[in-house]
Amino acid sequence: MDFGALFGSLDNFLSFTMGGLVFGAVYALIALGYTMVYGVLQLINFAHSEVFMYGTFAVAWMFIFLHGTESVTWSLGKAAPILVAALVGAMLLSAAIALLLERFAYRPLIRKGAPKLIALISAIGASFALAEAMGLRDRFADKLGLSDNLENYVAPGKARDVFSNPVTIQPKGLFEVGGYTVSDVDLVILAACFIMMIALDTFVRRTRFGRGIRAVAQDPETAALMGVNSGRVVQVTFLIGGLMAGAAATLYMMKIGSTRQNAGFILGVKAFTAAVMGGIGNLRGALVGGLLLGVMENWGSAVFGSEWKDVVAFVLLVLILLVRPSGILGESLGKARA
Amino acid sequence: MSAMSTTLSGIGRRWDGVVDRYNALPKPARLGLVILFAAFVYLLPLLRPPILTTNNIDFGGVMFSVAAFALVAVGLNIVIGYAGLLDLGYVGFYAVGAYTTGVLTTYHWHWPFFLALPLAIAVTMVTGVILGAPTLRVRGDYLAIVTLGFGEIIRITVKNVEWVGASAGIKDISHPNTIGAAPNPPFDRGGMFDVPRLQWDGIIPSLDRDHPTAVLAFGAVDAIPYYWVILTALILVLVGDRLVKSSRVGRAWEATREDEDAAELMGVPTFKYKLMAFALGAAIGGLSGAFYASGQGGYISPDSFPLLLSMLFVAAVIVGGSGNRWGAIVGGALVAYLPERFREFADYRLLFFGLALSVLAIWRPEGLLPPRRSRRAKAVEAEIEALEEGALEGSTHA
Repeated sequence: MDFGALFGSLDNFLSFTMGGLVFGAVYALIALGYTMVYGVLQLINFAHSEVFMYGTFAVAWMFIFLHGTESVTWSLGKAAPILVAALVGAMLLSAAIALLLERFAYRPLIRKGAPKLIALISAIGASFALAEAMGLRDRFADKLGLSDNLENYVAPGKARDVFSNPVTIQPKGLFEVGGYTVSDVDLVILAACFIMMIALDTFVRRTRFGRGIRAVAQDPETAALMGVNSGRVVQVTFLIGGLMAGAAATLYMMKIGSTRQNAGFILGVKAFTAAVMGGIGNLRGALVGGLLLGVMENWGSAVFGSEWKDVVAFVLLVLILLVRPSGILGESLGKARA
Repeated sequence: MSAMSTTLSGIGRRWDGVVDRYNALPKPARLGLVILFAAFVYLLPLLRPPILTTNNIDFGGVMFSVAAFALVAVGLNIVIGYAGLLDLGYVGFYAVGAYTTGVLTTYHWHWPFFLALPLAIAVTMVTGVILGAPTLRVRGDYLAIVTLGFGEIIRITVKNVEWVGASAGIKDISHPNTIGAAPNPPFDRGGMFDVPRLQWDGIIPSLDRDHPTAVLAFGAVDAIPYYWVILTALILVLVGDRLVKSSRVGRAWEATREDEDAAELMGVPTFKYKLMAFALGAAIGGLSGAFYASGQGGYISPDSFPLLLSMLFVAAVIVGGSGNRWGAIVGGALVAYLPERFREFADYRLLFFGLALSVLAIWRPEGLLPPRRSRRAKAVEAEIEALEEGALEGSTHA
């Protein structure tokens, strides 16, 4: 244990906190997908991690498509135009995957009024299949006779390996806070996370459709009687989760720069943890949980060593749930006041 | 596709018929059937029936992991199926059992396996109580993520602690003690006596004397004796499971699962019974883990216990039919067996496995072999629905 590493100097403390916040922002955006679906359907959308993973690939593909495969290091400003295109691409692909999931893995079960647990199994199956499909993309391209055209995208023979964005984004220090330099990449990630959070929160609380979502979350049958199209609400819920996961994927790729076919799993688990920590089904809870998880994890790895990072995260979760059994903010989506 | 759907629901209906006819038989006939069936299961790896037998991988080894999975599923079925607690970190208990065995029988203490086994079960049970006591106060899906967290904590802890081998794991874990002559590879198989196995030419069986199995010789070559031992454990656990399920404890679990508040009001100490389910489930997971550790390879490492394995365990219970011990066994067997049987699909097998899981879930939401209670409940529901003719259709009770 080395508390000095964390608390020895303000410098270290701020840098660990800041790094944690940046990761926390990504967790929070992924956590939204879990929380929205849970709030409306009371289902753990286990396959949401794959929705995120497809987004990360979309970002890398977009860079390859618009820039090529040559490895370069760009500043954030130079990469910005492609980054915007990548954001759009990732959001679209993730949203499409989320909608497909809803259509094929969940809707048949919701229609039947099946027990909640079985939806979890269907989601686990879909998650396996999606991750494997990404790992086998070179085979599929080969079967379709597109191997030569898509060589850069499918990485023949290496589809299961790490897949990197050819453009490395070099963070640039903007200003100092107590000896820690805040970079433009960190700032963009945090700002993007907050903007999206506020937009979504406003959408759910202030708009007519948002009211429909809250109504379905409270009581699907009564909502249906009041004229809410609950099928559409469920679709939009998945769509929003997908869009947010796509955005999270773009921010993640900005910071990390590479992904792989099984990258979604552990991030998904973390994001789900964040959602539960903040109070699952609660949008603001996802933000609070995500940021808290990110920061505590980073502090934990400073004190105990990085190999204990995940242990710190889960112990924290258990402690929080012991004190507040339904998460920090613990309010459900349905009860959110307009 | 719909043909498949009818086949699947057909399996359930035919199974109901089988159960009914079995129950109608006189007691001696039932006993005889059970013994016959048990004998068949014991001899399965020697009979090597065509189609069922895996071609590209040792069938005895596959049957061992099938039995290990079935044992885990039976244990998890107590937690999920009987008590209604979603445990996503069951692999943690499996790991605790395996590691206790590993530590006790290797460089630290060199205990014989059958001495280490009860201690492994006890340690896992205590772990279950320690983890359950604080966490069982949270409900439903919160419990799921907390248990998932504990599964990860256990895996990461063994990975980082040098005393249990860290990421290198533990090797040379004691096998069960050979009965008869000790095996002396490569030529002397040891054991009490040899039995030949069958080989099949199409549908014509013949004896294959070149690959005999030495009875109760636990070496590195043949997995079949390990299969017999774990199968025996599975049968004993099943007997215990049956006794517990039909006792006061089993009824308390059922009440807690159906409505925790109502059960509490009726005087069921729900927390105590939930903890008991957790501890019992953990003990069975530990038992299975102990057998896994001392199996043919005698090697475990943190990578043997990924979080994904927990998901597969849950999938086994739910796909088989949560709450029915035979369902759990079938589910466990399928989840372990299918990926091995279809090795010829090589890289595609996990893809197909994932799809198969989804398809099974959608077409048979109550599992392959649902418990009798839910079948009864379904019949009653259908009756009520028929009475309420014209009422809301496809109501979504979540």
